[in-house]
Amino acid sequence: MPLRDKAAITGVGETAYSRNSGQSVLALQMRASLAAIADAGLTPKDIDGIIPYGTSGVVAEDFATNFGIPDLRFSATTPMGGASCVAAVQCAVAVIAGGICRHVLIPLGRNGASESRIGSRVRQLPQFRMVGEFEMPVGALAPAQLYAPMARRHMELYGTTSRQFGEIAVTTRRHAGLHGNAMMTSPITIEDHQASRMIADPLRLLDCSLESDGAVAVIVSAAERARDLKKRPVYVSGVGEGHPDSPSTITQRPDLTTFGTAKAAPRAFAMAGMTPADIDVAEIYDCFTFNVLCQIEDLGFCKKGEGGAFVENGALGLGGRLPVNTHGGLLSQAHMAGLNHIVELARQLRGEGGATQVPDAEIGLVTGYGDMGDGAVAIMRRG
Amino acid sequence: MSEGAYAKPLPEPSRDTKPYWDALNEGRLVIQQCAACGKLRHYPRPVCDACYSMDATWRQVSGRGRVHSWTVAHHPFHPGFKTELPYLLATVDLEEGVRMIAQLRSVAPEAIAIGLPVEVAFERATDEVTLPVFRKAG
Repeated sequence: MPLRDKAAITGVGETAYSRNSGQSVLALQMRASLAAIADAGLTPKDIDGIIPYGTSGVVAEDFATNFGIPDLRFSATTPMGGASCVAAVQCAVAVIAGGICRHVLIPLGRNGASESRIGSRVRQLPQFRMVGEFEMPVGALAPAQLYAPMARRHMELYGTTSRQFGEIAVTTRRHAGLHGNAMMTSPITIEDHQASRMIADPLRLLDCSLESDGAVAVIVSAAERARDLKKRPVYVSGVGEGHPDSPSTITQRPDLTTFGTAKAAPRAFAMAGMTPADIDVAEIYDCFTFNVLCQIEDLGFCKKGEGGAFVENGALGLGGRLPVNTHGGLLSQAHMAGLNHIVELARQLRGEGGATQVPDAEIGLVTGYGDMGDGAVAIMRRG
Repeated sequence: MSEGAYAKPLPEPSRDTKPYWDALNEGRLVIQQCAACGKLRHYPRPVCDACYSMDATWRQVSGRGRVHSWTVAHHPFHPGFKTELPYLLATVDLEEGVRMIAQLRSVAPEAIAIGLPVEVAFERATDEVTLPVFRKAG
């Protein structure tokens, strides 16, 4: 496998997460990036590739300018909404394995609570052109409304319940309360979930992720460089992206209950030479609770339709059969488009997980999900 | 905004999609059809994914279909929809084999189910734009 273990996560950085950062998005991203570079034991001028988040308004040139990078060799964006960050890892590994770069910076930051909220952001994306013309005018405007028919179809076909969605919200909140850098820390119960107001049936308020201010950055380095850096490397053993059938609109998708994740996962597992049984901890993109449940199926942890039963009885909690979103995820830590999930996986595999550390976590998985069902999967192992 | 002005998002038809919107404005539902192999496709776009022909015609369809899935919108993600909450959005399999999403009128949320027969109706938004809606089939 040409890309297996060719690159590693060597540095991670985050700002505090809040509803009002009081800083520009540009400053937030620089702050997180400097933290990630320092975490790796590098200097900013060591960065020779940058893959920014396509819609944050901050571009590779901003980093070259602020850091005085003399010879940036590569920049690109991976416009897959919430799947962008894991797809960016795939892109970074490929350009590293191809000999173009040594140290690639993946930054993301937003004032998603205080400045630009989700409803106004998505309408400007070219990936939403068809939705903008044919679905928004009839009232299908926001991700909650676009994704709810997938959740409803899953419930009708497989008997999945709102209480099973609630299991995911409750467990994720518990992790956020232990983590130390999360926006929502008060414990919730299934009854709280059931009592939370309906947003787009069957999705309730506590099925929905947060709007957040903050920034995150990750450094991906060539494996032979990673061994000499400050922190224990976290190797990228397998990675893949997958675009669903009917990628421009969910409405026309033959099977509403399958994401692009189902195409990405077999590629990532094959590259890693691993199976779902090898995974000690999983950071699964959680824009909505349903998306976690559906990805657990698409990733192969259980069969299609069995995700509801899989998540019951605390299965996703610490000590459960598959600890998921040990940082509190987008539901309770912050909505950083899943780059915070990559940071958390790296910390888990370094043994830096603190109060939510999964004991002896050696192999983990992180996913992204975005736009109309794009999926991306990375499998990592501690070095 | 003047009284009675339309306050919700409107489509901006392109050269590829204008015939669809023009037909709706005349009270007809048309679906794009490949002129070479006959495959129907929705939403309108330049290329047939079966034979790659870029020649297409517009076929008037029955407007009849069955509910494939749905949501009930309780939160207004756009202020223009605030007064009509809650509203039902149905994903519908048309008899001819493509899907549409539109508001479903005249059906209580408790009465909706996969397979419920529905038919299209037309609601004028502005002089230029008419939107499709579904009603329970009569």
